[in-house]
Amino acid sequence: MKFSLSWLRDHLDTDAGAALVAETLTSIGLEVESIEDAGARLKDFVIAHVISAEKHPNADKLKLCMVDAGSGPPIQVVCGAPNAHTGMKAVFARPGVVIPASGEALKIGTIRGIESRGMLCSARELMLGEDHTGIIELAADAEVGAPAAQALGLTDPVIDVAITPNRGDAASVFGIARDLAAAGLGTLKDGSIEPVAGTFESPVKVALDFAPDTASACPLFAGRFIRNVKNGPSPQWVQDRLKAIGLRPISALVDVTNLVSHDRGRPLHVFDADKLNGKVRARLAKDGETLLALDGKTYTLDSGMTVIADDAGARGIAGVMGGEETGCTEFTTNVFVESAFFDPARTAATGRKLGILSDARYRFERGVDPEFVVPGLELATRLIVEWCGGEPSEIVVAGQPPEWKREIAFHPSAVKALGGVEVSRPEISRILGSLGFAVREGTRLAVSPPSWRWDIEGEADIVEEIVRIHGLDKVPSAPMTRAEAVARPALTASQRRTRLVRRILASRGFNETVNFTFVPRAHARLFGGGDEARQLENPIASDLDAMRPSVLPSLLAAAQRNQARGFHDLMLFEIGAQFESGAPGAQANVAAGLRTGAGARSWTKSAHAADAFDAKADMLAAVEGAMGSPMTAPVKAGAASWYHPGRSGTLALGPKILGRFGELHPSILEAFDIRGPASAFEVFLDAIPEPKSKGKSRAAFAPSPYPAVERDFAFVVDAKVAADDVLKAAKSVDRALIERIDVFDLYEGKGVPEGKKSLAISVRLAPKDRTLTDTEIEAVAKGIVAAVIKATGGILRS
Amino acid sequence: MQMSMIDALERNILSAIAEASDDAALESVRVAALGKKGSVSDLLKSLGGMSPEERKVNGPLFNTLRDRIGEAIAARKSEIQAAALNARLAGERIDVTLPPRPEPQGTIHPVSQVLDEVTAIFADLGFAVAEGPDIEFDDYNFTKLNIPPDHPARQMHDTFYVAPQADGSRHVLRTHTSPVQVRTMLKQQPPIRIVAPGRTYRVDSDATHSPMFHQYEGLVVDEGVSLGHLKWVLEEFYKAFFEVNRVELRARPSYFPFTEPSVEWDLRCDRSVPGKIVFGTGNDWLELAGSGMVHPRVLSMCGIDPEKYSGFAFGGGLDRLAMLKYGIPDIRPFFESDLRWLKHFGFAALDVPTLDGGLSR
Repeated sequence: MKFSLSWLRDHLDTDAGAALVAETLTSIGLEVESIEDAGARLKDFVIAHVISAEKHPNADKLKLCMVDAGSGPPIQVVCGAPNAHTGMKAVFARPGVVIPASGEALKIGTIRGIESRGMLCSARELMLGEDHTGIIELAADAEVGAPAAQALGLTDPVIDVAITPNRGDAASVFGIARDLAAAGLGTLKDGSIEPVAGTFESPVKVALDFAPDTASACPLFAGRFIRNVKNGPSPQWVQDRLKAIGLRPISALVDVTNLVSHDRGRPLHVFDADKLNGKVRARLAKDGETLLALDGKTYTLDSGMTVIADDAGARGIAGVMGGEETGCTEFTTNVFVESAFFDPARTAATGRKLGILSDARYRFERGVDPEFVVPGLELATRLIVEWCGGEPSEIVVAGQPPEWKREIAFHPSAVKALGGVEVSRPEISRILGSLGFAVREGTRLAVSPPSWRWDIEGEADIVEEIVRIHGLDKVPSAPMTRAEAVARPALTASQRRTRLVRRILASRGFNETVNFTFVPRAHARLFGGGDEARQLENPIASDLDAMRPSVLPSLLAAAQRNQARGFHDLMLFEIGAQFESGAPGAQANVAAGLRTGAGARSWTKSAHAADAFDAKADMLAAVEGAMGSPMTAPVKAGAASWYHPGRSGTLALGPKILGRFGELHPSILEAFDIRGPASAFEVFLDAIPEPKSKGKSRAAFAPSPYPAVERDFAFVVDAKVAADDVLKAAKSVDRALIERIDVFDLYEGKGVPEGKKSLAISVRLAPKDRTLTDTEIEAVAKGIVAAVIKATGGILRS
Repeated sequence: MQMSMIDALERNILSAIAEASDDAALESVRVAALGKKGSVSDLLKSLGGMSPEERKVNGPLFNTLRDRIGEAIAARKSEIQAAALNARLAGERIDVTLPPRPEPQGTIHPVSQVLDEVTAIFADLGFAVAEGPDIEFDDYNFTKLNIPPDHPARQMHDTFYVAPQADGSRHVLRTHTSPVQVRTMLKQQPPIRIVAPGRTYRVDSDATHSPMFHQYEGLVVDEGVSLGHLKWVLEEFYKAFFEVNRVELRARPSYFPFTEPSVEWDLRCDRSVPGKIVFGTGNDWLELAGSGMVHPRVLSMCGIDPEKYSGFAFGGGLDRLAMLKYGIPDIRPFFESDLRWLKHFGFAALDVPTLDGGLSR
């Protein structure tokens, strides 16, 4: 919403300049987006008299001018404009002045051997228009040496305000003036409108044509016939005013509607009455009905939209845009002016659906003043008759204003309670009164919002009005007390665990990433997703359409992009959601990591290719970190389809999968164009059991005073035998005595039969109550050998 | 035996010791002097054939000679060993300018770091952290926040919709963290003091917008809560977050369907040096948060009596906080996982923000 300062002063008696007006507007909730003050911008440009303009001695198309800029001796200027001539008044820039079009300061130059000490400016150089065929010629009586802005008619700053969706009343210069007056920036002038008497009955009749359940689409429709008008350009001041706010003057009849719309927030439409057939009615459009609108485009309408129609069909899209065929032209002699109330929601929906942003829609969708439908029509009539002559009919009206009167009980104490600031009773009444609210005094005030304030529904709204006008900056900070002197923990157990796992993984060398939770459907399908229920209806890009069923596709895509940049040794992780369905809450918090590459090359040869055991260690570190205790449950071979079937594993507690790890399936690497090797893990943080609360105290520390003994065994077993089976069998011999078992060698090849492997374990026996005798040790050793042989069918390697 | 002969013998032996250059040579000197048939051993043996007077004179003489020789051998032995060790160590020299074994350097994403910072501050202000799902009920994301069915924010050009589910329900990717307010109020009566950080989504993608981004949301509901408390919380928060001694906030009336009155907050800052922002001073204002007093209708819809309780809510961008504090110019690379960016803007794993240690280094 744009307006100029002089326009504002039509309605507001104030001395305030643009800067103060803008500052006040922002402070009362009408946020100023920009102040365009051409006068201030062009303050260094002065009016100059061209004393002489002769041909440049060394160039046919250049002129050598002597210029009087009001002070000092005449100045020599070389000018290329064909219209530069002796005696003219022009806009002059001295050296050092910044030229708006180039953004650079003007320098003294030498052009074809002649020094030029300034510039005579074109409209384009001042960014006042596109004209660069010549320099600006000012009126002959322009005062030499004075700022050029005045002679250019640019002393009127233009302010652009962002109107929030609740403030339709502020979408007019008058409404803005009312708010400013309430805020103490001046006095609101009388805005009442003198009706214009009609002299005959309107030949065009109006009607509302709605079923009862859609009658709210247009409760009030008024119009007036004005005959024998002469349409032409509107007065210069009107054109200037419209141009200043970025509107193109069209003709007097059209300019009236734009002027009233911006001045009073009252959108209107003018029909060429001779092009109308029969009664003008507001009704819902028929599905598929089309209309050629004023913007030259044909729109296909539907039955959710309101149209203005005559016997021949739709003539305008109600509240949005008029029709081309019945529009006014320079030949229009009889005009029918429409003023109506259209439903905000329906108008907004129509505008959105058709993609039309218009000044009318901007106002109707925010809600216009229902009591200003007829006064607005009177104002338009007055202007039309004034500018175009003609004779107005009586006003024709169908329907009545929608119900808007209401009374809200208001406790003045609510201002302090909600707004946090003390405002006196008289000030409360003054503010409400100046905004047009009626106030009935009592212990509780009975407040009636004015017809133009649809947004005021309850006490909180009234508090907002009082506080914003009184001044939000007057609200003092009020410290809040905290229940405990020392702050309590803010995180839930699961949040704490997420944070811990994040930092554990980073400390292992992983770089944390945050990726979009939507991925290409093709990628989702590779991870068990991609079904309809997890699709987005309106993805940001066609290939980001599926809610991810796993975090891994995000990491793989990220790895691919990094590999494409030449980074092959990657350790990326993310903690985020994977989606089980499209329903709220059907998501799991997952920590997933991906390693790729052969490891950093080094003279130390310490690198190794990313493998399943890296991923297993990563997974266990995350799980154990989350649990805060060692994970004793065994890992089972095999994971999900995206892992290498023979090089992956799953960690589960009963039916609950805590984690998965392994090398990735070659087909996955191929699908993502990843250069392997690559291994990955997924940890399902929500599935990890909460630590059993046993208090903060640790178990008693009771180290055994008796020496531990280690014994090594090597077994030759079937290659298919799992190491875990060997360990379990060994451990089962004496769970109390056997403290730990390590696998210290694995060998297949020469010396071991085909299809077999040699697995060497080291068993540590830690007695708690005695020193072991050789006999006891021997007995345990024999037991271990027997148990492993029995469990695996292997033999002790000799 | 004459003294001169003993002296000569000692000189000879000591010189042989000094000349011995390795353990073997030294050993043969030792055997020749102190061995069974060694020269010094012979002297000691000769004591047996002497008269008591002679023995009294020669005994100490020979014994001290033996001791001196023994000491000289031991000393020489240490010398030889030291020399051998030095020679070995000299041979074991390595090039210490070679790089060590490579170790990967992990990093924490700036959003996570800033999340921890924000959490630390709000914890100290007595807030608990609350969360909600990314896919949200339309009811929680819009309706219970007083956003009417025809509100523009619900349009598909603003809000991501998930395909209709088997039961016909149609959910959204939450457009803000405000539904966590709803979830919290539905299950908890006041006093409520929560902050809800998380991923949010809007159909928006350009130089300054990402379709996924992060917000944090604060909610306080209690008896006697006013705009003044909101202002105080935000002042304290920004002061702590930007680690400055003072901040100045400017309040602007605004409009959000779920708050009334609604207020936007700008922070005074100095942007006069391109690419740099200093908070608490200067002549520029930076828009940082939307907020307001929770709309009475929202309280009612969430089962809280607006006659008894009032509350405020505020929210802002977590990514934006990270950008402002750490000079990250663009939001889009947050989600592009470029290793170079992650390393450049990331934080060390153990650099956990705390209030006692200072949020950042």
